Amino acid sequence: MELDNLYQEIILEHYKHPRNHGAVTNADVIINGKNPFCGDEIVLSLKVKDNIVTEVAFEGHGCAISQASASVMTEQIKGKSLQEAKQLFEQFTKMVKGEGDVDTENMDELAAFQGVCDYPTRVKCALLSWNALKKALEGNQK
Amino acid sequence: MSGAETILKSKNRITIDNVREQFPFFQQPQNRGLIYLDSAATAQRPQQVLDAWQEFNVLYNANSHRGAYKIAERATDEYERARAKVADFIGAASPEEIVFVRGATEAVNFAAYGWGLHNLKAGDEIIITEMEHHSNLIPWQMAAQKTGAVLKFVGFDETGMLNMPQFYDLLSPKTRLITVTHMSNVLGTIPDLAAIIKAAHATGALVLVDGAQSVPHIPVNVVELDADFYVFSGHKVLGPMGSGALYARREILEKMEPVFFGGSMISDVDYTHSTWNDIPWKFEAGTQNLPGAIGLGAAIDFINKIGIGNIHRHDRDLTDYALAGMQGIKDLRIYGPMHNRGPVISFSLGAIHPHDLATFLDSRNIAIRSGHHCAKLIMKRLRVPATARASFYLYNTKSEIDEFIHNLENAREYFSKWN
Ligand SMILES: Cc1ncc(COP(=O)(O)O)c(C=O)c1O
Repeated sequence: MELDNLYQEIILEHYKHPRNHGAVTNADVIINGKNPFCGDEIVLSLKVKDNIVTEVAFEGHGCAISQASASVMTEQIKGKSLQEAKQLFEQFTKMVKGEGDVDTENMDELAAFQGVCDYPTRVKCALLSWNALKKALEGNQK
Repeated sequence: MSGAETILKSKNRITIDNVREQFPFFQQPQNRGLIYLDSAATAQRPQQVLDAWQEFNVLYNANSHRGAYKIAERATDEYERARAKVADFIGAASPEEIVFVRGATEAVNFAAYGWGLHNLKAGDEIIITEMEHHSNLIPWQMAAQKTGAVLKFVGFDETGMLNMPQFYDLLSPKTRLITVTHMSNVLGTIPDLAAIIKAAHATGALVLVDGAQSVPHIPVNVVELDADFYVFSGHKVLGPMGSGALYARREILEKMEPVFFGGSMISDVDYTHSTWNDIPWKFEAGTQNLPGAIGLGAAIDFINKIGIGNIHRHDRDLTDYALAGMQGIKDLRIYGPMHNRGPVISFSLGAIHPHDLATFLDSRNIAIRSGHHCAKLIMKRLRVPATARASFYLYNTKSEIDEFIHNLENAREYFSKWN
C-alpha cells in the first residue's frame, strides 16, 4: 500500500495551514469531539441561519488526518444547508469506511480522503470532526 | 545476522533464531518480515503455550474440583500445578497465596473491592503515583469515592524518576495503602520499591505492586520485595490472554472478602447465609479459565528454561542499543530514564503526531504503539496528548532495532515536507 494515497498533498496542505481554525463568536452550537483511543480532540462551533451553516470553525489537536479532515470539512459545509451537510456526512462516512462506491462528484477536496479506507485504524481520525458535526446537526434540528 | 546474537550466556548457547523458531507467530508467511515492537501491549506465544492450551482442550477438558473421574482429576491437578508454578516464579511462600484472575486489571479490582472497600474509611489516604496505568488508578478512584478515602499523588521529574521526597512527605499515619508500578508501561521507569515498601511498612501501610510490565522482564521475588499485593497479566509474559494472578500475603487474603459469589467459592451453604472456602478458592467463583492458567504455567516453564536472568540481560542490551541509536536522531525526544529501566521506550519525533508516525512505520511493517497507553496522568504531566512507544522482548533482535531506527530517519524525511 502506498502511503502517499493516505497522505495526499491536499491533506498535508490543510494540516500545515488549517482553514477556519479557532472559534466562531456567538456560536449557535458548540460541540466537542474526542477520540479516546489516541487522545485527539476537537471543538467545533457553528452559526446557523435560515437552515444554512453561515459560519463554522474548529479548534483542537490531533494527527494529520483528523486535523486536515476538520479543516476540509469546515470549508465544504460553509454556506451549505443542514440537509446538504448531512448528505455530505453520509457520503464521506461511507467513503472512508469503504462501504461501497461513492460518487465523489460533488465532494471536491473531500475526495482526497479516499485512501483512508485502506487504513482501518485511521477511519476514526478522519471522522472525528464529522461525527461532531453530526451531533451538532442533530442538536440543531430538534 | 540475528542468529549470532545469543540470549543464553551460559553453557548451551541459545540463539535468537532458536528462540524465534519456537514462536509460530513469527513463522507464518503472513508475518514474514514483521518487526513486532509492541510486547508491552501483549507478547507473542511460544508453541509450548499453544500446545498446553490445545492439550487441555483435546485431552482432558473437564471442570476442576468437581468430577470424580480421571480427566477431571487431571484438569484439577494441572490447574493447581500451574498455580504452584506461578507461586514459584514470583517467589510467593505458597501456592495458596496466588489467586488466578483474568489479568492485572482484574487483580487490582480484587484488591480494591475485596480489601479496599472493607478496610478504607473516610479520611484514610492512598498514595499512588502519576505514572500508573489506568488499571491501577481507576479502581482506587472507585474505592476512594465509595469510602471517603483520599488519593495522594506522587509525581515524577523530566527523567521519569519518581519524586521520592514527595513520597516521604505524603507518607503519614493516615496512609493505608501505597499502590505503585514495578515498571512503567510508558516511561520504562523502575521505581525504588525497596525504599517505598520499607517506609510504608514502618508506618503500617500496605503496598500493592503492579507487576504487569516487570514480571515479563525482571526476576521478581515478592517475599524479598516484601510486597503485600502483587499483580500481573499472563498475556504479557508469553501466556494466554485472560490469564493472570493476584498475589497477596496469606494473612491479607484470609481476611479479605470475596468479590464474586457463587459456585466453588463456598464451604457450607444454608438458606440465607453461607461460609467461604479456603484461600485461594474463595476468590475463584464459578468455572475458571483452566486452559488459560495451564497455558500460563507452560509460559513460565518456557521462561525458566531460558532463564529470566538471561531474558532480563537480553532485553536490557536491546534497550541500551535502541536508546543509543534513537539519541542520534534529530528532533527525537525520549520520555523516561536513560539507565536502569525497562524495555519500553516512549518517544516523539519532531512535530509528527504519534499516530501518523505509527502509520508510517506500519507501512514499513514495523508495529509500534501510539496513544496515551492507558496512562493519561503521564500525558498530562508530559503535556502531550500522546506518545509513540516501542517495546522489546526476548524474540527481538538488534537488526530489527537497526531497521526501526533506520525507518525513524525515513519517517523524519517523509514528514519533513510538512514543515
Ligand atoms: C503497567 C500495567 N498495568 C496494568 C495493565 C493492565 O493489564 P491487563 O490489561 O492485562 O489487565 C497493563 C497493561 O497494559 C500495564 O502495562
